[in-house]
Amino acid sequence: MLLKYILWRIAAMIPTLLIISALVFTIIELPPGNFLDSQIAEMQAQGETVNLQDIEELRHQYGFDQPPVLRYFHWLGGMLHGDFGYSFEYQLPVSEVVGERMWLTILVSFVTIIFTWLIAFPIGMYSATHQYSWGDYGLTLFGLLGIAIPNFMLALILMYFANIWFGTSIGHLMDQKFLNEPMSWEKARSILSHLWIPVIIVGTAGTAGMIRRLRANLLDELQKQYVMTARAKGLHPFKTLVKYPLRMALNFFVSDIGSILPAIISGAEITAIVLSLETTGPMLIKALQSQDMYLAGSFLMFLAFLTVIGVLISDIALAFLDPRIRLAGRSTK
Amino acid sequence: MKSGSDLLRIENLGISFSMLGGRLHVVKGANLRVLPGKVTALVGESGSGKSVISQSVMGILPNTAKATGKILFTDPLDGRTTDILQLPTDGEQIRALRGSRMAKIFQEPMTSLSPLHTVGNQISEVLAIHTESSKEERRARTEEMLDNVGFSNPSRTYDMYPFELSGGMRQRAMIAMALICRPALLIADEPTTALDVTIQAQILELLRELQHKLNMAMLLITHDLGVVANMADEVVVIYHGEIMEAGPVEAIFRNPQHAYLKGLMAAVPHFDMKPGERLKALREVPVKTDTLWAKKKEVANAPEILLSVRDLTKSYKTRKSGLFGRKHTTEVRAVDGVSFDIRRGECLGLVGESGSGKTTVSKILMRAVTPDSGSVTFDDGSGKINVLTAQGDDLMDLRTHIQMVFQDPVSSLSPRMTVQNILSEPLEIHGRGDRAYRLEKVRGLMQAIGLDQRFLNRYPHSFSGGQRQRIGIARALALGPQLLICDEPVSALDVSVQAQILNLLKDLQKQLGLTYLFISHNLAVVDYMADRIAVMWGGRIVELAPREVILRNPVHPYTRGLLAAVPFPDLDRPLDFTTLQASGASEQGEWAPQFRPDEAGDPLIPADLGDGHFVLARKNVDVRELRPW
Repeated sequence: MLLKYILWRIAAMIPTLLIISALVFTIIELPPGNFLDSQIAEMQAQGETVNLQDIEELRHQYGFDQPPVLRYFHWLGGMLHGDFGYSFEYQLPVSEVVGERMWLTILVSFVTIIFTWLIAFPIGMYSATHQYSWGDYGLTLFGLLGIAIPNFMLALILMYFANIWFGTSIGHLMDQKFLNEPMSWEKARSILSHLWIPVIIVGTAGTAGMIRRLRANLLDELQKQYVMTARAKGLHPFKTLVKYPLRMALNFFVSDIGSILPAIISGAEITAIVLSLETTGPMLIKALQSQDMYLAGSFLMFLAFLTVIGVLISDIALAFLDPRIRLAGRSTK
Repeated sequence: MKSGSDLLRIENLGISFSMLGGRLHVVKGANLRVLPGKVTALVGESGSGKSVISQSVMGILPNTAKATGKILFTDPLDGRTTDILQLPTDGEQIRALRGSRMAKIFQEPMTSLSPLHTVGNQISEVLAIHTESSKEERRARTEEMLDNVGFSNPSRTYDMYPFELSGGMRQRAMIAMALICRPALLIADEPTTALDVTIQAQILELLRELQHKLNMAMLLITHDLGVVANMADEVVVIYHGEIMEAGPVEAIFRNPQHAYLKGLMAAVPHFDMKPGERLKALREVPVKTDTLWAKKKEVANAPEILLSVRDLTKSYKTRKSGLFGRKHTTEVRAVDGVSFDIRRGECLGLVGESGSGKTTVSKILMRAVTPDSGSVTFDDGSGKINVLTAQGDDLMDLRTHIQMVFQDPVSSLSPRMTVQNILSEPLEIHGRGDRAYRLEKVRGLMQAIGLDQRFLNRYPHSFSGGQRQRIGIARALALGPQLLICDEPVSALDVSVQAQILNLLKDLQKQLGLTYLFISHNLAVVDYMADRIAVMWGGRIVELAPREVILRNPVHPYTRGLLAAVPFPDLDRPLDFTTLQASGASEQGEWAPQFRPDEAGDPLIPADLGDGHFVLARKNVDVRELRPW
């Protein structure tokens, strides 16, 4: 039964993604001009002469002389068999440009999510069970600071102090000598040692937000009658907290997964630029600026795909967690 | 009384909550006792501090509360006396007592079980905490307990989730959870308040039976004197955190001393009231309608029937589409061929349990729900209006004739509007007069419901439940309606306030010549208000008769079961649990055959017993067969 549901949900993803792809294509087509135009403009601005003949040839080669609808289907068809198009800026196929960055992005995001949960859960639980204590106030202050300080600002501050105190630069995700090198032990070690800075910076706001939400949800649940029931049974307070209200509060948390995935990947762009991380964020922004449309389009599709997958995961997890959802069809009584 | 013989002895208990800028004392110097194997009832209104006392006994007071005095619990097993207030909060000692030696059941069976864990998991957890036992033993004992509290298939129930059970069944599961370790003391906090009256009788019977069987003491917290009379050995009356009166149930009921208790007893409607006898509300509200409008002039040839309802049917399709496939639609007939007339100036009572379709009927009359078929005609002498199809001006006109008073006085008033806004809104919508006229009218309404005009600029939250309900009534009266539909107008209110609202409604009816459709699950309340009573079951009206007839000579088995299930605040008329069981009130299969649809599928029709007494029965049945005597 569950398998059937999952299959059905995956099938339902296809039309969703098709609609998104059409929207994405429309949006990157919307600004006037295209990559060639902006490149010509740039070259002219730098005083270089432009050979109109060459331009026409390129225009034909990249298909800019075709109507947008045709180009859309061409792009769509390509994506289906793994050809994400050609990046004008890098003069390389998109998949090669993105390549390693994609995996690094996923790594950073994944570690950030784990970091967020590890920090947010105990603090949220503490805050909720010790409402209006000094500890709660202190953590609340910390949390609000975390929400209020923009990530890139935190990145700049950290970079500044790291430079002053340790004399090191904390930018990048790995030592520069490993860039574009194949994966090795050394490289993995280097990545891990660089990882914690962006994870902390990107994770702060998310952690703080999650603490606030977890606290609010737990406070709601702690008022509920079944908590009193559990206490009246003689259950240890901590076990009560974990078994009943926390379990209930998990629902919001799981339904959050759907939005966490894309938010962390797209939200970290500015931080990534400041820290010159080798993730996809900075690349996406640059691609959008220079109208490198296939690169940008692929990114946006990737984000959309993650959102849809995230929602799917959270729906399935919710069905596992909450019998009310799972058994809605079972006859009552 | 020697303290050694008491199971629970509360001495000079004070409980206070820390509030912004001070402490709020909710319980002051309370003394009470519970004898081993006996039932002590703690009676009081909401906010009197009775629930807080029960929490302090188990040491589960909220963190902001502070208790002083002594709560002495003597365990009959080893004779040791512990002062619960001296034990550390949530410490090992108090946790060893909770669930094992003293247990608690709560008012709301819907929310007091976790929806995410199976019934069996939650019940056997108690065993896991307090006993050394294997998983299999725990399961076996839990199933045995589920069997004891009346589940027909315990092993299936064990793996069910609370939301798959009905309210009464959930309360049974709660009782199983509380009693599985055979505690010496059971604290029952309004255990039946949220249940229908027939279910209430079953649960009360179950509690009594188990209490005798396990020789367990019970602290029963309730506001219902009827429940007290049927259950208690000793009674303690609490008012505003202070014990007013305490003693054996005989002394309390036969010879109440304190004015509050006397008042409380006079405020409960009961079946023995003489026609025209008036409830004595603890705080009576004067009704002054002279400023409102003149009593409706009798239209010379006004028809007797104000509202005529014929063959209303409304079914809901519930598509139970399980997450994992399996879709099937079930059709639930919420209202099934309902017909009745409301006569001008009368009060028609509509009684039924939750789910019987009475609220759906009221919503259809208000055009909030569209029925599948049937007709509703309103006729006040100025021409018939088809209630179900009226459009535009007709509909606007109709709205001024039929108004509604809702059950929940909290959610039926917008918290963002002042009383003045609330009361003048209907007038604005219907474009009545200018600002000054409307203000004048609103003042008149305030006077009519006995509220001070200075309160006009206040918001609903600054009023008590009873006052809010009065505002709701005033809003319904603003347009000068002829028919008022009151949907459970007092079921969310305390007993003492209930009498006040009922009297107010009665006075308004008399002075303004109103007609009521009064919906309630409480037979005694309907009896007090109504001239004729219709009993609904499963979407159908099973019996309709004048008030005196239906109470004295009920014919339909459901009506009789319903009447038998009402607990009287009278020691000489205890609930007869044996006949209650025999009549099987709410199960159609156990009714006498002439009241059930036959195999041929012939529809049941209302049989006329004379004097306006109708009962739903088989078509070919002789009237004489219907009477049980």
